[in-house]
Amino acid sequence: MRVSMDIELKDVPGQMLLALQPLPEFKANLITVLHHHQKRTPRKTVPVQLVLEVKPETIGAIKAKLEESGIRVVRVGEQRFRESINVILIGHVVHSGIQDTIDEIDKTGFAEVVELSLSMPGINLLSSALIRIDAEGKEDLQKALDILKTVSAKKDLLMVLPIDIHA
Amino acid sequence: MKTVRCSILGFGAVGQGVAEVLLMKKEYMKSIGLEILVVAVVDSKGAAVNPDGVDLADCLSRKRTKGTVGVEKLTAVEVIKSVDHELVIETTPTNIVTGGAGLQNMLAAFETGKDVITSNKGPLTLKYKELMEAAKNSGSKFRFEATVGGSMPVINLANEVLAGNRIKSIKGILNGTCNYILTRMLEERASYKDILAEAKELGIAESDPAYDVDGIDTACKLVILANAIFGLNVTYRDVEVTGITKITPDALEMAYERGHVIKLIGEVSRERIHVAPRLVPINHPLDVRGTLNVASIDTELAGEITVTGKGAGPIETASAILSDLVAIYANQ
Ligand SMILES: NC(=O)c1ccc[n+]([C@@H]2O[C@H](COP(=O)([O-])OP(=O)(O)OC[C@H]3O[C@@H](n4cnc5c(N)ncnc54)[C@H](OP(=O)(O)O)[C@@H]3O)[C@@H](O)[C@H]2O)c1
Repeated sequence: MRVSMDIELKDVPGQMLLALQPLPEFKANLITVLHHHQKRTPRKTVPVQLVLEVKPETIGAIKAKLEESGIRVVRVGEQRFRESINVILIGHVVHSGIQDTIDEIDKTGFAEVVELSLSMPGINLLSSALIRIDAEGKEDLQKALDILKTVSAKKDLLMVLPIDIHA
Repeated sequence: MKTVRCSILGFGAVGQGVAEVLLMKKEYMKSIGLEILVVAVVDSKGAAVNPDGVDLADCLSRKRTKGTVGVEKLTAVEVIKSVDHELVIETTPTNIVTGGAGLQNMLAAFETGKDVITSNKGPLTLKYKELMEAAKNSGSKFRFEATVGGSMPVINLANEVLAGNRIKSIKGILNGTCNYILTRMLEERASYKDILAEAKELGIAESDPAYDVDGIDTACKLVILANAIFGLNVTYRDVEVTGITKITPDALEMAYERGHVIKLIGEVSRERIHVAPRLVPINHPLDVRGTLNVASIDTELAGEITVTGKGAGPIETASAILSDLVAIYANQ
């Protein structure tokens, strides 16, 4: 799962390294670091946001390890996707393997299919699916849609996109 | 008083609508200093010609009772070449493969130095550049507001009313038949096939609906906008087109549950010309129902400007033709 972790570093050299050190041990993957060099907290510490791909059961241990080395962990939360769209697919959605399509997007790590509604009115009739895709940012969303577009073309699915998306 | 002698080529729904509107607006035209004298009316079977002006009411009733206005075996091109007049109102059927009679008529009109006002998309989607050049060479005026969006002003709005503004894109619903079908499929939770049958019965869809439902008509209108407003030189082949035939009632319903309707949207900008069914938020300016058309013009200075109106109908289309006529002659 992807989590964001807000931490505070002391304003002395070597702190960042200290913060990242425990990660390999827990097989946590660092996705992004947001380092607010200019900012200071009231405690005169430097706020940093880490986005990590982690096993949920290791979060507690990572947090403990950081605090052991004097790093304050302010907040740990599941990473929120910032972009979200609905897309409709029409065609032989199920027979052409909707799961593959979802996997292709989930595999990216930056976008995820978070909802799927499916309607199959009967054999030989076109089925319809509505999927919601969440992604971290606009570009990620566009990349996910490009994947979907390729898959749809291959599987002869009609893709209905929102009007404000560059189709 | 300025007298404008004109011909009406094609006397179907729109041609007759023009005749009715000219009868209705006779006094108004006089009040702005114009007398419109129709010297010839032509359909596929023949022509009625009178250099002093044909009787339009008589033409309308003859067409309705006898099926033709023709009293002389003259073709449209022969009328253009032999009858003295300055304006051709061209309302023959759209043909996007050859340009049809309309293309020949327009070229002949320009050759003989006449102005042209038309509702016929065919020639404009095929031979825009040639037509513009021919008009320019003969010093002819050429206007075609009625080709896009019927009564709804788009071309003249963008080029004249919004003059000076760079137009960034135009998005909209430019085919009333598709809008009707999608609107009714959602209302009735009915299949595409059933609603298409209903639309045919009501005369909203043609017996061969492909031109509308496959998005071709929308694409042709985008081509005209691309050439006339964006200054491009494109044809139908430059448009990416997906129609509405695969849309299911289930898809419409799922979209609706999440606050969206599905509309066939045409979109044109300098980068791309594109027709496809899209998800439009309910109550968005482009969410118009039934057979209505709508266009949102994204402008550099004024932001988005949206117009909506009837995309078809004889009188509505004649209204756009009338506005072109007034635009050409009222201030001359
Ligand atoms: N209907 C609308 O609401 C609407 C809206 C916007 C644009 N338009 C466009 O306006 C044009 C006219 O539409 P419409 O609905 O009026 O079509 P329509 O009812 O089919 O009328 C076409 C007319 O053209 C005549 N015609 C056919 N071939 C001819 C030829 N070679 N020479 C002279 N006349 C010929 C027909 O003669 P006959 O009567 O003898 O068959 C008929 O009178 C089309 O290009 C259409 O796409 C229509």
